[in-house]
Amino acid sequence: MLTTIWFLLWGVLWAVYFVLDGFDLGLGALAPFLAKNEKEKQTVYHALGPVWNGNEVWLITAGGVTFAAFPTTYAVMFSSLYSALMLVLFALIIRGVSLEFRGLVASPGWRRFWDGGFFIGSFLPALLFGVAFANIFMGLPLNAEGINQGGLFDLLNPYGLLGGLLFLSLFLQHGALWLALRTEGDLSRRAGGLATGLWIPVLVLAVLFLAATYGYTGLWNNYFNNPVLLILPALAVVCLLLTRVKMAGKSWGGAWVFSAGTIALCTLFGVIGLYPNLIPSSLNSAWSMTISNSASSPLTLKIMLGVALVFVPIVIIYQALVYRAFLYKITSEHLKEEVY
Amino acid sequence: MDAVFLSRLQFAAATFFHFLFVPLTLGLSILIAILETRYARTQDQELYRAARFWGKIFLINFAVGVVTGITLEFQFGTNWSRYSAYVGDIFGSLLAIEATVAFFLESTFIGVWIYGWKRFSPKAHATVIWLVAGASNISAFWILIANAWMQHPVGYAIRNGRAELTDFMAVVTQPFAWHTILHTLSGAYILSAFFMMGISAWFLLRKKEVSLFTRSFKLGLTFGLIFSLVAVIHGHYNGGEVAATQPTKLAAMESHWETQKNAPIYLLAIPDPANERNAVEIGPLPGLLSLLAYHSPSAEVKGLKAWPKEERPPVTLVFAAFKIMVGLGFLFVLLMIIGWILRHRLVEAPWYLKIMLYAIPLPYIAIQAGWVVTEVGRQPWIVYGVMKTAQAASPVAASQVGITLAAFVVVYSIIALFYLYLIRRTVVNGPEPAKV
Repeated sequence: MLTTIWFLLWGVLWAVYFVLDGFDLGLGALAPFLAKNEKEKQTVYHALGPVWNGNEVWLITAGGVTFAAFPTTYAVMFSSLYSALMLVLFALIIRGVSLEFRGLVASPGWRRFWDGGFFIGSFLPALLFGVAFANIFMGLPLNAEGINQGGLFDLLNPYGLLGGLLFLSLFLQHGALWLALRTEGDLSRRAGGLATGLWIPVLVLAVLFLAATYGYTGLWNNYFNNPVLLILPALAVVCLLLTRVKMAGKSWGGAWVFSAGTIALCTLFGVIGLYPNLIPSSLNSAWSMTISNSASSPLTLKIMLGVALVFVPIVIIYQALVYRAFLYKITSEHLKEEVY
Repeated sequence: MDAVFLSRLQFAAATFFHFLFVPLTLGLSILIAILETRYARTQDQELYRAARFWGKIFLINFAVGVVTGITLEFQFGTNWSRYSAYVGDIFGSLLAIEATVAFFLESTFIGVWIYGWKRFSPKAHATVIWLVAGASNISAFWILIANAWMQHPVGYAIRNGRAELTDFMAVVTQPFAWHTILHTLSGAYILSAFFMMGISAWFLLRKKEVSLFTRSFKLGLTFGLIFSLVAVIHGHYNGGEVAATQPTKLAAMESHWETQKNAPIYLLAIPDPANERNAVEIGPLPGLLSLLAYHSPSAEVKGLKAWPKEERPPVTLVFAAFKIMVGLGFLFVLLMIIGWILRHRLVEAPWYLKIMLYAIPLPYIAIQAGWVVTEVGRQPWIVYGVMKTAQAASPVAASQVGITLAAFVVVYSIIALFYLYLIRRTVVNGPEPAKV
């Protein structure tokens, strides 16, 4: 029971991370194609500036909770995906530094340099998180000691790549919608148009992914065994359709919310499909990392649950307040404000 | 070179680099919060400009501190997976608590602080930096509890082939952890005070913004005086705690080979680990080591020879690092006392200002030396007495670790160059001009 609660919390934390940092990453990967001049670039940075730091902590917490609640899974996951995660890590380092350093010097060369860092640091994680999770859904070639028998390039199989493209396209759309919501006039129109244009690729990739999931993974078994759970993928599809409806009405805020719903539900679809595995072994199901063979002791799980039940709602409340305070339409006035 | 050694190098490089930025975040956030609070109360524009100036430096430093901190959470899993699986029940939960309780608060409100100068009242804005400062320090608290558990594991039992938590309060309240926290935070506050004084001295020597930087200098001085005294006095008790919990580390810190009562400290000694003795021993102070370690000059102090060779830490490194840290610690007190005497006529004492300008790197050296004592002195254990470092690394190829190590060195070096450039630029540009 305790381990199941933690399994669900684990999935929810990843889902929240992908929803929140998803638009940062997506917008970062889109910025070079959307922002035409320095003012528009500054607008993009201003749209993320106040919130991206807080968004990224959901990753730290998702990682930390994996470590705390399922230490063996944490150990296997991070060492098995060594090279892929190191790439993500370097990308996130470059993104963080780019976001904070760019505005400090006014020279065009300086700013171009960090624009490049921001792009790479956003694009790579958006793609690689998808690749990593698709491979986890499919199972890693873990032996009896939990050691991955595959290498970095084994992760770049068709299903892994499909997962990477799905994540990337979802994040791009999510980021474009955020920019459309936060701006006015031409930039908002272009961002909204781009998000709308991305909808068909997202839909195609999502359908392909769900179909490929049937062929490549065992995720659907949980759903066929408990048909009531089918509401999850159904809701994901509904959210995706409603995103399109809202985009047609140029209601970018609404579209963003449904895009967030799509991302969260896609993540949860995968996670629930994994249960009770955290990382299936593709070699022998007895060697999988599961909620029973990789969880922490009941005492630790209880203490951590207490901490999570008290502090996560507090975090959600103050982050929501911060989002509300910074949810204005960005104008030239805001760019002139005394930020650093 | 094997994967374990490369992983140790990689972790050492990543933590040392990370900890070049953490102490300034911990201390400077508080100093800025004090400046901003005084501004909110008095509406004194000079305090506002001071807070903005130090704030800009703070942000450059904060950015590098955060991105290099993420590395560490990854590395426990990527490079130390056997360690993570063995002690995750305790160690992992402390890291998760840190993220949930403190890091969220810090990271959410740093954005508010950066973008909130105009959107919020001075009082609200000052509250935000207090939240950031408080959260950073609470964050350090949890990380240091986790580190202290590696140094002196308590509240656990070996069950199901791993270390499992049995008493959470024992982990959080153990004296070793509180000594570590007090000592590390004191060091961070000293470093921040020296940083503020050193940069202020640069301006005072050039007679620029004399009023603003005299006030900054004095704020740093008060802070530095208090915590350099705390660090030295408390350092004595910290030594006692190490003696009680990690006798091999204590013996290495003093290069103490033979078990004896009335154990001395030498004014000068040069360790000779190959022959299990000191090559040079000059000026013995009889009984001083016994006194420092056990608060009694006649107490018996175990020498390194009491343990088999493979259970001793590298002596020369730990010994030298300890001497550097202690020497600098006393120097800090001296510099702070001189400063206190000169505090009303700083501009007339350029020699002192020059010393303080060039003293900026010293607390960095002292802190890094302190961590060498702590971490190298713990070897060959990763968790003292429970797990050896050699058993803790991930089953990954040495080539993978080597390549990422090289990547870290390159990326971090580039970041360091940009950091120095930006800090220098910010200082040379000076505070924003006063509004008329």
